[in-house]
Amino acid sequence: MTFSRRTIFIALFLAGLALLPVALADQPFYVGLLSRAMILSIAAISLNLLLGYGNMISFGHAVYIGIGAYSVGIFAYYEIYDGFIQWPVGLAVSALVALLFGAISLRTKGVYFIMITLALAQMLYFLGVSVDEYGADDGLVIDVRSEFAGLIDLEEGIALYYVIFFFLLLTIFIVHKLVHSRFGIVLRGAKSNEARLLALGFPVYRYKLMGFVIAGVICGLAGLLLGNFTNFVNPDMMHWTRSGELIFMVVLGGLGSLFGPVLGAFAFLLLEEILSDFTIHWQIIFGPFLILAVLFLRGGINSLLGSRSDG
Amino acid sequence: MTWALLLEQTLNGFQLGVLLFLLAAGLTLVFGIMDLVNLAHGSLYMAGAFFCATFTDWTDSFILGVLLALPATLLLGIVVEMIALRTLYARDHLDQVLATFGIILFFNELARIVWGPEGLVIPLPGWLDGNIEIMADVFYPTFRILIIAVGLLVALGLYVLVAKTRIGMLIRAGASDRDMVGVLGVNVKMLFTLIFGLGAALAGLAGMMAGPIIEVNIGMGEEILILAFVVIVIGGIGSIRGAFVAALIVGLIDTMGRSFLDLLLKTLISGNAAETAAPALSAMLVYILMATVLFFRPQGLFAPRSG
Repeated sequence: MTFSRRTIFIALFLAGLALLPVALADQPFYVGLLSRAMILSIAAISLNLLLGYGNMISFGHAVYIGIGAYSVGIFAYYEIYDGFIQWPVGLAVSALVALLFGAISLRTKGVYFIMITLALAQMLYFLGVSVDEYGADDGLVIDVRSEFAGLIDLEEGIALYYVIFFFLLLTIFIVHKLVHSRFGIVLRGAKSNEARLLALGFPVYRYKLMGFVIAGVICGLAGLLLGNFTNFVNPDMMHWTRSGELIFMVVLGGLGSLFGPVLGAFAFLLLEEILSDFTIHWQIIFGPFLILAVLFLRGGINSLLGSRSDG
Repeated sequence: MTWALLLEQTLNGFQLGVLLFLLAAGLTLVFGIMDLVNLAHGSLYMAGAFFCATFTDWTDSFILGVLLALPATLLLGIVVEMIALRTLYARDHLDQVLATFGIILFFNELARIVWGPEGLVIPLPGWLDGNIEIMADVFYPTFRILIIAVGLLVALGLYVLVAKTRIGMLIRAGASDRDMVGVLGVNVKMLFTLIFGLGAALAGLAGMMAGPIIEVNIGMGEEILILAFVVIVIGGIGSIRGAFVAALIVGLIDTMGRSFLDLLLKTLISGNAAETAAPALSAMLVYILMATVLFFRPQGLFAPRSG
């Protein structure tokens, strides 16, 4: 059995993530940075399902991060800390919102689709800003993290780290299975030639809607983790520029590759850290970098790992 | 008193509407003709406002400030088109979204370096700063009247430009088949640059008009950009007429919702519940409108190519 360069790299990367907290146990800053990167990786993987496999340029994906985080925040506001309540509700609301938004926006194509997903997401952002009860602009502080009947204590940074790591692996596994299932093949087929699939009798709209909902739920999960990790939630998590950053992570890492979005999310955070250390006006470098990356880095970081395989 | 308030809010709605139209007109032209998703349109709106603030400060005159800021924004638009956007026309929408997102980050940070993180105020000359009596005992700010007048004039000017002139003919031809226009010997590259510059100047004008009312600050373009998107989606991408109608509808509904929705709700549900629900609902109103329009007409109200 031989392994490609890519497989070896990914295995080493994940092994590194599994072991690093042991080496960095007294460096909470780095553990935190890696936790954040893994959470954003989960969100980016879910977005890639739409962007990379389904050809749906959703510009409102950060909304599901907000829904997840608010599910933790609003329950905590009412002093309900039970994760067995918070999490299923958060995932269910994500699914419902994705179903509704998807049903509306998937009726359209191209530029319309981009702008509608953007506008619908922005609607929930403004909803968050206008509800004074839940802190409006300032959001909510989550003073107690989700509790799981004493099974695991998320207040421990390391415990939370491994929970996030577990969900990252789970997400990669699920998306891998999904992409290679009949569902994934139809989705990818619709990307390359939708008319042909329609002619073959596939209800493409329903498949796309299903993909939209699955991506929403996975991203909602990222939101639940983020709310727990940052100990607060605010509307800014849903702002459209956050959605833009998620898109950038996916494209930077490699559109339509399983592990690309993870690399993209890590590279994004790393770049942000390095540049913001260098100057407070880091975005003046970051912006042009974004443009150059779009123009010249075809296939993203993933393509640097050798020729494209299907995974 | 209530009728006076209603009139005032209607005028406010119109005023927001014409501002949105100034933004949406350029945006919809760029979409319709060049098939380019330009998120950075809001940056040009912001640039117009900042230019105007600076020139007003230098010349001590708002009018001179606007007259200098207009060509400056036009020039900026042309430079941005020639350096960054030109290479994007052939790319897919995803690339365009990302690259223009990068342009936003760049311009926001550039504005922070040049003008600082604090907002700027554009002072109005005395004759614009007052109120005029529009009906017996009903006063309305002169400047807001001016905004409405400017907006309507621009709309008229655009109509004449697009419907009656040679450039307008090329714009319409470009919208329906750009390859054919190129084959017929029109310098399409130049036409694109020109249209983009025109759109930039209009967006800048909107920023200059908004500047004295709201504070000129970084990120002002991003909030209104989304509303402009809603406008062109409702109006139908590529249609200036659609953008005009939709801009007025969106401006009116947004303004009315924010002022009267709580009164309306109070007649239906208890006062307390209405006070909580009204701000949330009015913030979402235009988006609900957009979703409704799209549900019945996915191509918008005035989709140019389908009639």
